[in-house]
Amino acid sequence: MISRPITEDDLNAFIDARLDASRQAEVEAYLALHGEVNARVRAAISHREGLRALLVPIADEPIPARLNIHHLVEARAHRRRAQWPQALAASLALVVLGGAGGWTLRTWSLPPRYGVASLGQEAAESYVVYTPDRSHPVELRAVATPELVAWMSRRLGRRLEVPNLAASGYRFMGGRLVATPHGPAALFMYDNDRGARIVMLTRPMMAGKEAPMQSLNRAAVSGFSWAAGGMGYSLVGPSDRQNELHPIADDIRRQISHQI
Amino acid sequence: VTDQIDLLEPLIPSLRRYARGLLRDPGEADDLVQDCLERALSHWGKRRTDGDARRWVFTILHNLAMTELKRRGRGLRHVEIDPDDPRLSIPAPQEQRMDYLAVMRGLDALPDEQRAVLLLVSIEDLSYADAAKVLNIPIGTVMSRLARAREKLLTGMSGAPPVSGRTAQLRRVK
Repeated sequence: MISRPITEDDLNAFIDARLDASRQAEVEAYLALHGEVNARVRAAISHREGLRALLVPIADEPIPARLNIHHLVEARAHRRRAQWPQALAASLALVVLGGAGGWTLRTWSLPPRYGVASLGQEAAESYVVYTPDRSHPVELRAVATPELVAWMSRRLGRRLEVPNLAASGYRFMGGRLVATPHGPAALFMYDNDRGARIVMLTRPMMAGKEAPMQSLNRAAVSGFSWAAGGMGYSLVGPSDRQNELHPIADDIRRQISHQI
Repeated sequence: VTDQIDLLEPLIPSLRRYARGLLRDPGEADDLVQDCLERALSHWGKRRTDGDARRWVFTILHNLAMTELKRRGRGLRHVEIDPDDPRLSIPAPQEQRMDYLAVMRGLDALPDEQRAVLLLVSIEDLSYADAAKVLNIPIGTVMSRLARAREKLLTGMSGAPPVSGRTAQLRRVK
């Protein structure tokens, strides 16, 4: 006799073979009397078996090196060792400066809000968000450059031109409009034959309309920012390419000064 | 460090499998697993020591996968099945293979959250309670999503092509 009514949960657990023996027998008895439910349950069991036949063997594949936990642990330890002297120096500096300049230091830890330092921060953030994107790194591709330039010039209220970085081996991929605390900015993305991507961010400057080139260093991003003719420019790329970025930034500055 | 290795290493095969079931693309799935492992290592101290490491790591992976799927917009972009799909790696007998393709297509057509439940329970053998923890939903919701996923597979499958259309269908699915 069936003690409790059969529920959908019982049927799920029956399909997953998770019922205890007595409940299992009750469900079997129920299914024997209800042909339509029985057909559904049998089909679900065969779907489950089909999926298992296909997917379960994935776990038998050899683990690629980049997912080898020994490598990952080792790489983390390596990064920590590399950061250790820097962290030590920074904390020593804080101890030395702590008494005298606690208030001044407070602002150091906040992201810069004005000038090319702020622009560099915005460029670094955009770089981190958009360059890893495989499907839509840019809004408009290089094939639509005239449309892209007209649109961005309209939005920024300045006539823009796309710097040509072919001499450095970088091709223009396209661009997008990016929101910043200071209004819209134009982002241009480039890549080279090895798939490395760099971006240039430009927008009108409210403060610091002329500024010499300064470097920017984050954990994963480095670059150079400057302002000329009321426009700010920041070129950023992977941190291991800082040496390569400097001449490119100089090249961009040269090209832009010719436009003005 | 040794307990990190001891606890995480045995989980990697099933993490890869779950990620591939959700994202389909093996490279993207492994990207996700790598991200997951790095997070697990860097947040190791925040792990509840009384909790189950498997459940904890699956939760990290699941959340990363859902973020990735949401970022893409509507779940999987292509639901067509490639007969050379690397997931269909086992040499299935020819007449079974078409059924496998149909089940796979059905799986890919499920809404992300139903696919996740089905994979965690049917493939990864998580208990309903553990699946609820990983998905951060009540067990009742696990059960109803499971029932809906199975129902949907069934209705999707009944619209499968007749036997005579098999060869033509196989060419067209690519």
